[in-house]
Amino acid sequence: MELKEVKHLANLARIEMSDEELIKIQKELDLILNSVARVQEVAKDDIPATSHAIEMVNVFRKDEVKSSLSNQEALSGAPAQEEARFKVPQILGEE
Amino acid sequence: MTSIFSTASEMAESLKQKEISSVELVQMHYDRIEKVDSGVHAFLHLDKAGALAKAKIIDDKRAAGEKLSPLAGIPLALKDVLTQKNQPTTCGSKILENWRPPYDSTVVERLNANDVVILGKTNMDEFAMGSSTENSAYGPSRNPWDLTRIPGGSGGGSSASLAAFEAPLAIGTDTGGSIRQPAAVTGTVGVKPTYGTVSRYGLIAFSSSLDQAGPCARTVLDAALLHQVIAGYDEKDSTSINQPIPDVVAAAKKGEVKGIKIGVVKEFQGEGYQKGVLNRFQESLDILVNLGAELVELSCPSFDYALAAYYLIAPSEASSNLARFDAMRYGLRISETAGQSAEEVMRITRGKGFGPEVKRRIMLGTYALSSGYYDAYYGSALKVRTLIKRDFEKAFSQVDVLVSPTAPTTAFKIGEKANDPLAMYLNDICTIPTNLAGIGGMSLPAGLAEEDNLPVGFQIMAPVMQDDRLYNVGAALERALHEKWGGNILKQIPDLNNLVGIFAGKGSN
Repeated sequence: MELKEVKHLANLARIEMSDEELIKIQKELDLILNSVARVQEVAKDDIPATSHAIEMVNVFRKDEVKSSLSNQEALSGAPAQEEARFKVPQILGEE
Repeated sequence: MTSIFSTASEMAESLKQKEISSVELVQMHYDRIEKVDSGVHAFLHLDKAGALAKAKIIDDKRAAGEKLSPLAGIPLALKDVLTQKNQPTTCGSKILENWRPPYDSTVVERLNANDVVILGKTNMDEFAMGSSTENSAYGPSRNPWDLTRIPGGSGGGSSASLAAFEAPLAIGTDTGGSIRQPAAVTGTVGVKPTYGTVSRYGLIAFSSSLDQAGPCARTVLDAALLHQVIAGYDEKDSTSINQPIPDVVAAAKKGEVKGIKIGVVKEFQGEGYQKGVLNRFQESLDILVNLGAELVELSCPSFDYALAAYYLIAPSEASSNLARFDAMRYGLRISETAGQSAEEVMRITRGKGFGPEVKRRIMLGTYALSSGYYDAYYGSALKVRTLIKRDFEKAFSQVDVLVSPTAPTTAFKIGEKANDPLAMYLNDICTIPTNLAGIGGMSLPAGLAEEDNLPVGFQIMAPVMQDDRLYNVGAALERALHEKWGGNILKQIPDLNNLVGIFAGKGSN
């Protein structure tokens, strides 16, 4: 994997990493990917995929009103709040 | 005489007979924790005031003649991956330092409803990613058998608390072996129930299709009693199975293997397995045969690909699950300069808040799911999952349970594998297939390896919703082994009081 690709991945994952960290993880990812790529040896076209071991479809619960977290409880872990809402840094740029 | 060395069921009997109060029992365990946990480091947080107050209420209920749950008043150590209302819940991560969740996980709700007393939260690899607790942001836990060694992972705090007699019961979670491998290397019992039988509501997700909470204890019966408390349908978990849980307590009391067919997995032996591990495994097989079980050697060829599939599926799911730690609604938020955008704050916070292994897995998962690589990696891994399920189905058409060593080696030294992710991943080679297939698995002590005098784990696997078979076979083997050893394997553990001083605190001279 190219360093450029690793940087792109870190960007997709929204994780800031130093150049040193990126180089280290580049080597580790290469090693791990080389090792796990062997799944391709047996993953033939006619084998269906299993995403969940115990198959279930259309799991619903009754549409009933129940008590839930109060506004205050939901905000209790917020890094910042204002007027009973989560306060977040600016989302859009200046331009 | 009830002491911290008693089993949970003995403690429960003493409470029932009013030979001891829950307050005394809880206090006894805090005294022990105070004495040894500076060396063991099983706990991240203790709730002494809350636990003692709760114990008092339970004692009062008992005095008033109320009908109580079998485990009422018994102390328990809770893995820090499960939310407990208003108690710190860190998942071993800096990103959740100081977070106090506003709600209880269903597991905690059930423990509370059964009057089990939660002593505190136990240490773990960050977000349950690891096999040693060395990935905890708060420092590793140490194995009570030898404090220079790992207590397994990710639930090393829970297993260490049991082996150090800091708690008679603990809760773990198992995504690829995080209950069973810690049990194996500490000489304790750990069970991963069938996927969907213990609610994941309030279990901070690592890999949702694999994560499963389960009981940890020092005996098979104690594990069964706890299993019965935490298992059952929950509408808050959409993968919860709406079926009755098999009677695991009755099975643990039965322990009868006459005529039972036991499959020995051929793939889980040989190269890479420590000699003492294989010797103890063989010894346990001989015991089961003497008790009347029939052994069948089986091959499950796709198991050779389980580790590779797991290290694609689990990181892929993790990369998605851990996106919720975005520095906006709860947990850590780091901004370096004023006016930074939400996205910059997110990047900086995640960069500083996650440890190396968590970053590694998020990056790996992001790669495996990215367009152009999805089919080759994640897609292929899902196909391997089908093959593993088929291998189990075929095996269980011939035998009642499957068995193997739980882990290929005994506890390794702290630091020994910390810089080699692939060597670390190999610890889970025997436990991972069960998670991929959703079936139940148990690890129980098989004795000590002759070369290092450290505990070896014996793994039992049973078909979906047949977890009672784990307890039946486990109880039969345990009974025979206890006879042979003259009691629980933990009777042979070195006296912690002599060891702890050396490791207490940092840089003590």
